Amino acid sequence: MNLGAIARHRLFWPLVALVVLLVASALKSPAFLEVTVRDGHLFGGPVDILRRTSVLLLVALGMTLVIATRGIDLSVGAVMAIAGAVALSQIAASPDPGALSTVLLAMLTALAVALAIGVFNGFLVAVVGIQPIVATLIFMTAGRGIAMLITGGQITTVTSAPYKTIASGYWLGLPVAALIAAFIFGATALLTRRTALGVLIESVGINPSASRLAGVRARTIIWTVYVICAAFACIAGFIKSSDIMAADSNNAGLFIELDAILAVVIGGTSLAGGKFSLTGTLVGSLVITTLTLSITILGIPVNAVSLFKALVVIAVCLLQSPVVQHRMRTRRRQAAPVPVEVPA
Amino acid sequence: MATDQLTPTRSAGTATPQKAPRWRLDARYQPVLGTVVVLAVMLAVGGSRYENFLTGRVMANILINNSFLVVLAVGMTFVILTGGIDLSVGAVVALSGCISAWMFTHGWSAGITIPVCVLVGTLVGLAVGVMVHVFEIQPFIATLAAMFLARGLCYLVAPESIPITDPTIVRLSQTRWGTDDGLVITPSGVIALAVVAVAFVVLHYTRFGRTVYAIGGSEQSARLMGLPVARTKVLVYVISGTCAGLGGLLFAIFSRSGYSLTGVGMELDAIAAVVIGGTLLTGGSGFVLGSVLGVVVLGLIQTIITFQGTLSSWWTKIVIGALLLVFVVLQRLLVLRRR
Amino acid sequence: MTTSPSAIPADQHDPPAAPRGPRDSGREPVVAMTGITVTFPGVKALDGVDLRLFPGEVHALMGENGAGKSTLIKALTGVYSIDAGTIVVDGTERTFAGPAQAQLAGISTVYQEVNLCDNLSVAENVMLGHEVRRAGLVDFRATRRAAREHLKALNLDIDPASTLSSHSLAVQQLVAICRAMVVDARVLILDEPTSSLDVDEVERLFAVVRDLRGRGVAILFVSHFLEQVYAISDRMTVLRNGTLVGEYRTADLPRVELVQKMIGRSLEVLEQLEEAPKRVVAERGDVQPYVQAIGLGRKGSIEPFDLDVYPGEVVGLAGLLGSGRTELARLLYGADRSDVGELKVDGQPTKLRTPRSALARRIVYSSESRKTEGIIGDLTVRENIVLGLQAERGWLRRIPQRKADEVVAQYVEQLGIRPANPDAIAGNLSGGNQQKVLLARWLATQPKLLLLDEPTRGIDVGAKAEIQRLVAELAEQGMAVVFISAELEEVLRLSHRIAVLRDRRKVGELTNGDDVTTDDVVDLIASGGQDA
Repeated sequence: MNLGAIARHRLFWPLVALVVLLVASALKSPAFLEVTVRDGHLFGGPVDILRRTSVLLLVALGMTLVIATRGIDLSVGAVMAIAGAVALSQIAASPDPGALSTVLLAMLTALAVALAIGVFNGFLVAVVGIQPIVATLIFMTAGRGIAMLITGGQITTVTSAPYKTIASGYWLGLPVAALIAAFIFGATALLTRRTALGVLIESVGINPSASRLAGVRARTIIWTVYVICAAFACIAGFIKSSDIMAADSNNAGLFIELDAILAVVIGGTSLAGGKFSLTGTLVGSLVITTLTLSITILGIPVNAVSLFKALVVIAVCLLQSPVVQHRMRTRRRQAAPVPVEVPA
Repeated sequence: MATDQLTPTRSAGTATPQKAPRWRLDARYQPVLGTVVVLAVMLAVGGSRYENFLTGRVMANILINNSFLVVLAVGMTFVILTGGIDLSVGAVVALSGCISAWMFTHGWSAGITIPVCVLVGTLVGLAVGVMVHVFEIQPFIATLAAMFLARGLCYLVAPESIPITDPTIVRLSQTRWGTDDGLVITPSGVIALAVVAVAFVVLHYTRFGRTVYAIGGSEQSARLMGLPVARTKVLVYVISGTCAGLGGLLFAIFSRSGYSLTGVGMELDAIAAVVIGGTLLTGGSGFVLGSVLGVVVLGLIQTIITFQGTLSSWWTKIVIGALLLVFVVLQRLLVLRRR
Repeated sequence: MTTSPSAIPADQHDPPAAPRGPRDSGREPVVAMTGITVTFPGVKALDGVDLRLFPGEVHALMGENGAGKSTLIKALTGVYSIDAGTIVVDGTERTFAGPAQAQLAGISTVYQEVNLCDNLSVAENVMLGHEVRRAGLVDFRATRRAAREHLKALNLDIDPASTLSSHSLAVQQLVAICRAMVVDARVLILDEPTSSLDVDEVERLFAVVRDLRGRGVAILFVSHFLEQVYAISDRMTVLRNGTLVGEYRTADLPRVELVQKMIGRSLEVLEQLEEAPKRVVAERGDVQPYVQAIGLGRKGSIEPFDLDVYPGEVVGLAGLLGSGRTELARLLYGADRSDVGELKVDGQPTKLRTPRSALARRIVYSSESRKTEGIIGDLTVRENIVLGLQAERGWLRRIPQRKADEVVAQYVEQLGIRPANPDAIAGNLSGGNQQKVLLARWLATQPKLLLLDEPTRGIDVGAKAEIQRLVAELAEQGMAVVFISAELEEVLRLSHRIAVLRDRRKVGELTNGDDVTTDDVVDLIASGGQDA
């Protein structure tokens, strides 16, 4: 086994970080890594991590595909809030909140709304040609207002057993939330790698004009990834609101777009678009959630978490920057920008 | 052959007039025209629907409540004019507020704390400028990283809200100058207007300001024209950071506290104000006065909603989002038509 | 005193360049570049090139794509650093760190894209960086007045307060030249200034150029429009494949000779390629052309032309750089939309709006800018080759691994793609191999019409031969091919018919035969299709 090659693999450092965090936490609090079986369910630190990562993973998966097309989606937090608001309001207003059919119907309605937002974002970016930051900024701004509107300014609470199982239930011993995330992960992996969708997305992200000339439907693909991203954010919204059994339009998904972007970047997908890695995003999401959990266990004051995260972000950005990358690869040519084409 | 007559004798096709006909507004002002129209419509609607809408007090309040946003929008205008974006301003507002609150509780005088407050923003801006220019990181990412950093430092400095009781600050917060019928202005308002004036002069009457516009028009051309592009790009982020620091000071005066969760989403408000104020996000076109109008529009939205009474305050966000959409799409159509 | 060697011709077939005549004696060049060599990874862009610019003279820089004109200019202005050779400006050896420094030394460049900021006013563009200031602030009235003076000095009556974008490209170019004068340019480099101008605009530009020449400015004029070069220049330097062919006085060099020097025989290529029998048009019978262009044209791109391309036939497009060959091909492909005329594909009138519609009609186009419009750099060779097929098939049904491997292996072998590893990252391959990958992508879609734009550029001789053989085979199997190449020998070797273009116009057509030589093509280019 070539150790050098392993070390150069882009997931090497994130995995190392993950292991270091887990080990450090276990050393500080040995019970952390214990997994026990209680009431037929698995319990323990690792299970917690899995459950908490679900929400971030879902959002980050959608974000991965969008970033791969050279875009970005800032509206995911707002979509989460809207999803929770729509679903819970509908359940609360129904005659039988505890019925499975009510819950399913409410979730379908919320999904429809989320898809509409995705279509809207995709339209602005793919057809009208607006920069993705700005296009998705619109719903980032207006979305929470809409969510508040739906819940009438209240934090809508609801009692509904089926809905509660989304975040708190267990199936075959594992948390339902983690299973949902795993299922979506698997489905996305199949979708992108078993069909040609993954390669086409990468192609569009790496070189949109060459892709178009090759006959790739760039417009449709870009539109699609925004719809997918919104759909995944919607499911994340279900889990989030199910966790507290309330639709908190102000705080649901606050800042999650930033965590999601960070997860994607740590996982090795470049913000400039192109090749993406779902597994990388998974590792990135795990690192971020573990980071947050470990820091508490390790006794680092809560208020230093953000600073820590910030330093990690900056380090990653600097390491990924074109300048550093170029310097690490080749010797710099004096006073000359490296020409893109062999010049005429 | 004399070339002093501009009579193009070209074959059928694009006959661009050499001088724009007098009645047509110069292309540069077209986006701001939209802003003025929106403003006029809102004033008309508000004035006709509600009593006491078009009073001095109401109008003055818009400035009083939004002085900090005016300063932020001015700084953001510089950045957006060069084609960049600054997502860190909200966090910097919080950071400078927290640091100054912390310093006050530890006995530092206003004379030192106030400049430090502004300097915090300058330093963050400098860091961003370096990341963008030296490391060639996209402005979006660089300022995102700065936002994380500023927030992180905030939580460290002020995990809980710190009230400010320094007499200078309190005095600045309570002073009102003006007429009796309500047309008042606060020191913050004066500072904000001063910043606007300085920015106006800099952008329109200094070489630096014209370089900012040039970079937004075409960075490559500006470089080839021998303009100091590197220095200018770093400076605009320094300016934006400084304005954010100053905005933080004004907000601290307004709220009389330092709180780490302030300013969440403020950068979006600033960006919205700049876009609604007629500045193109692609850079090279826009005016600070337009951005001020943008802030006024945002303030008017809030005021109308308050007056309406029946609408909840979160409609503000929805209307801002909708306006943003309209302006962004219109800007895009304008760009497409020009090509 | 610097030694200015008389131009050393690289091509032994040419007579040595004329020595400095009586008019030159006593005048020193304001810029003398000697033995300039510029290399990039794997490529020698310039090899021992000389250039002399004299004050009060218009000097034309001629050469085909890849000849090195742009590199030479960038070497002079400091955009690229030089690996060997010297630049002497006004008797002192200089190297510039960039265009800004070159500007300070009096060397200004006006590029084809004008490189001004069109969101600012004319006055600002003229004076930016040198505005009239009072107490640190710009005095706009004085600046505008100064701008007006500068514009008037060049006989230009343009409103300084107007926004630059409200003016045509031609006027913007004149403003750019005016700016160069503001910064006291002693050398003015005009890089393809007339590509987008109409006849009157060109005349206007030339009036300004003559005026500047009269004032002692040295002007370097890069262009491929023969007539214009003959109309305005006093001296020419011809480059080919990065080497200097020679420096000549315009009056002493007939057009035909110039064209020969630019695209004439390259001994090396001839020796390596076996003599293949000339293509002969087979009996066509009732075969319909697969593609028929009738009066097809696009304003600013190419004038209306007629062209029929039959299945089983290779039509070569010959002409100098900028003659419109790529533009013609792009119209046949739908990469650009036509303004006039009609296009019939397989007998049906068609409007090709997008590349996809062309692909649906089995027309494919291999672009000459393979990096920007061709290769998807970060994907593997296999993914690149299969992309066209996959795009056709849609996203859902992935091409089975086995079929993909088959297709890839077939073309890797047929085209000699190195390294022969389908999982290699396409961006890491050499230019030549990237071209082959691109070719493979198009061939895999089994097109009926193959438009090849400079497919052999930058490819080693052996691979060139392979590709030429392949094209011939494809034609024999019934494919219609349009073949663009700057190398006339190649075009003659492969084509059944040759369409000759010049200055964005199709000026003639030749049916290939044993008696047809490159001279015939050159004559046609030089004469522009008018008379003999």
